[in-house]
Amino acid sequence: MLKIDLKNFAETRIRSFFKEIFSTVRKVNGMGIISKSRKKSPWVMHYDCTSCNGCDIETLACLTPLYDAERLGIVNVGNPKHADILLVTGSANKRNAHVLKSIYNQMPDPKVVVAIGACACTGGIFKECYNVLGGIENVIPVDVFVPGCCARPEAIIDGIVQGIGKLDDKAVLMKQEDKGLTK
Amino acid sequence: MSINNILIAVIAIIVAPLLGGLLTGIDRRITARMQNRFGPPILQPFYDFFKLLGKQGIAVNQTQMVYVLGHLFFAIGAFVMFILQQDLLMLMFILAFSGVSLIIGAMSVRSPYSKIGAQREIMQMMAYEPVLLLMVVGVYKATGSFMISGILEHHQPLIFSLPLVFLSFLYVLTIKLRKSPFDFATSHHGHQELIKGLTTEFSGTQLALLELTDWFDLVLFLGLISLFFARPWWVGIIIALASYFAEIVIDNISARVTWQWMVKITWVVGIGAALVNIVWMYLIP
Repeated sequence: MLKIDLKNFAETRIRSFFKEIFSTVRKVNGMGIISKSRKKSPWVMHYDCTSCNGCDIETLACLTPLYDAERLGIVNVGNPKHADILLVTGSANKRNAHVLKSIYNQMPDPKVVVAIGACACTGGIFKECYNVLGGIENVIPVDVFVPGCCARPEAIIDGIVQGIGKLDDKAVLMKQEDKGLTK
Repeated sequence: MSINNILIAVIAIIVAPLLGGLLTGIDRRITARMQNRFGPPILQPFYDFFKLLGKQGIAVNQTQMVYVLGHLFFAIGAFVMFILQQDLLMLMFILAFSGVSLIIGAMSVRSPYSKIGAQREIMQMMAYEPVLLLMVVGVYKATGSFMISGILEHHQPLIFSLPLVFLSFLYVLTIKLRKSPFDFATSHHGHQELIKGLTTEFSGTQLALLELTDWFDLVLFLGLISLFFARPWWVGIIIALASYFAEIVIDNISARVTWQWMVKITWVVGIGAALVNIVWMYLIP
């Protein structure tokens, strides 16, 4: 009897110990280290659907010394598994839709999609083509639209910054999905 | 192992990543200034680290995390041995275990980028391990002991007896820190021929732990540099920081070379210089 009591006692102690650790972790998280870091370090991944390269050049211009997106912590990573923000230029068509979907699915949550340029937003002048599906919103969920032909680097950086603002909401959604509250 | 040693080790394990992260941040800032950019804040590596901790965990297979943890813990082990002034030879072996652990982790996935990156990392290890071992041999010849405490008690700084070994060690440091021109295992910029090489399939927490390991490695290697100038200790630290700055300059002014070139030059020049130094010490005692 005494042994069982001891076991119960040890169990409750261990459980309370872990509870305490988890609550401190949650407090630290509540203070917002991770949330703040998320805003300070958005790694972008750039995918060119069928852009005419106008928007691509403007997107890469954001990384040049003139605009230097790295001062905001923005790094162009080129690997979907490291990325937080997906920048898409050009319209979606039947050939690249599955590539776009695949890249989107490989990105770990929380993630944000920014559609850059008229083509990515609506399909642009290619909208009526027989193979074009229209804007990329027809393939993957889009969070920020940056219109323009081509979109200016200032507008692109602004779009990324607005995307950063949505990352926290996405993190909340991610947690709910983990608990099985949505889906 | 007294309680004092444990205390020192714990403090070192906490302080080293802070120092390594700060140094990495300063590296990124200086690099940006050299490229005429403004650059990220100094604390940027920590932001990256905590952000990666908050990402969704995607593991490609079940064993991947084990190799990442092995990479981290062997690096911490090597660092603790350095702080407690233990055996230098053993330290090098543990460091090699850390590197091998990462290579196995990168080999355990199916991505060809990761596999090619791992093979290139093997080439890098093949290039720098002999030089590191020769350095240990040189240290033994100079001080008569493999212990780091023996180096600190030695009557003169090691640089006087091992100048060429020090130069080849500096050369190897560029390979170990994966700086350009030897950054082909994980390229600095992820939109090149190997995406991110070795780390392509690591994401979220795993990538954060890899960065943490890099910080430990950085501090350990700067510590090893300062051993060459160990008396007084602040000279060693200044020289270590100066050589880190030199690494940043080399990183920014050089283009990537092929691995054949690296292995050839490292074996001929690096091992050659270290061997000449050691043979010299035998001939002229």
